[in-house]
Amino acid sequence: MLIRFWGSRGSLPSPLNYRAVRAKILEAILASRGQSIESAEAVEKFIDTLPFAVRGTYGGNTSCTEIVTGGDEYVLCDMGTGSREFGNSVLAKFGPAKKNRFNIFMSHLHWDHVMGFPFFTPSYIPGNVIRIHGCHKAMRETFARQQSNPSFPVDFKTLGATIEFVELEPGRIYEIDGLSVQTIAQRHGGDSYGYRFSKDGKTMVYSTDSEHKFETLDENYPFVEFFRNADLLVFDAQYSLADQISVKEDWGHSSNMIGVELAQLAGVKQLVMYHHEPVNDDRMLDKILAETRRYEEISRPEQARKLIVTSAYDGLEITL
Amino acid sequence: MEISEQRQGDILVLIPVGRINNDTSTLFQPKLLESVGPAGSKVLIDFTSVEYISSAGLRALMMAAKQSKANNGRLAVAGLTPMVKEIFAISRFSMVVQVFETMAEAIKALS
Repeated sequence: MLIRFWGSRGSLPSPLNYRAVRAKILEAILASRGQSIESAEAVEKFIDTLPFAVRGTYGGNTSCTEIVTGGDEYVLCDMGTGSREFGNSVLAKFGPAKKNRFNIFMSHLHWDHVMGFPFFTPSYIPGNVIRIHGCHKAMRETFARQQSNPSFPVDFKTLGATIEFVELEPGRIYEIDGLSVQTIAQRHGGDSYGYRFSKDGKTMVYSTDSEHKFETLDENYPFVEFFRNADLLVFDAQYSLADQISVKEDWGHSSNMIGVELAQLAGVKQLVMYHHEPVNDDRMLDKILAETRRYEEISRPEQARKLIVTSAYDGLEITL
Repeated sequence: MEISEQRQGDILVLIPVGRINNDTSTLFQPKLLESVGPAGSKVLIDFTSVEYISSAGLRALMMAAKQSKANNGRLAVAGLTPMVKEIFAISRFSMVVQVFETMAEAIKALS
């Protein structure tokens, strides 16, 4: 199983502007002074020594994560703006002649999770089959509404692909394209749902737009069982803990520290922070990642295995 | 974890000792809420003997801070150990709860 992140940002797209790019170039050039970087290979090696916030970017596309299962069909979580690039990559690889089937799992229907669909080119190609799975009854209405006059020039009804909506029941386990799929209801405005995907002994949990509130964090908290022993947990870490439980309480998102504690209790192997706050730039996201790794170290129970902590960025691939 | 208390003028000083984690926050939280309950109460938490605080302990602190504010009281913490100081920085709690470097500074400010 391979997980590929096409969009990692929360709430709305947040592309870099020219000032941010220029600042990265400036910092890289300053850091290169006195270095021997005559060959392209030496330059590449030097780039790898720079902080991620300087040599790269976490990206600005909204939620879209691909699960490469080894099966015949594509599997995606959410249709944020990252899905545009995913769709284009499929076309670039095979061209429009090859017909494909897509299974899309929707956490919920807020705009940042659906806004990529009008630009998802496979939906325009007859012969493609797109199955949109989710627990919300208003899926069809939501996708059709954003792609209708006056919001968009191409009406949803005129799309070439066969588009089906499949309503899932929370808690039930489904078999879809060789994947075992289970859902859980999450605390978020208008509700959201987390997914637990398993295949060939590997498990990935996708849990975004989910606020965690509990009196006591113990084995009785239902997410502990839902996350249990997952190889990878994609977790909504949009806020700091202070924000989550003060000014942004009941805004429907969680924090890095809660992610670490939940993952440790559930025996998760790797935690991926996801749905980044749009106001956090690359430097701040680097800082949060370092702090979260430190908190994992501080809070790790005795005898417990180290939890790997990563921060999602557009283009990140993780093989399980 | 144990919590003792003492008076410094009109300031109630709470002195927790040990780790404030998921298990012990069940003692920490009611004690805090009880302390900030009276209108206008001034409560200072001495963190010099606290080795660790988890999100559950910070949540209790946040609840107390909200209640204190609603009661026109004051709540502050002081004497954070290096590890607790790190956790306050990671959680950004320094931005929502008044933190003093030393107990002496805190008492002077609250008096």
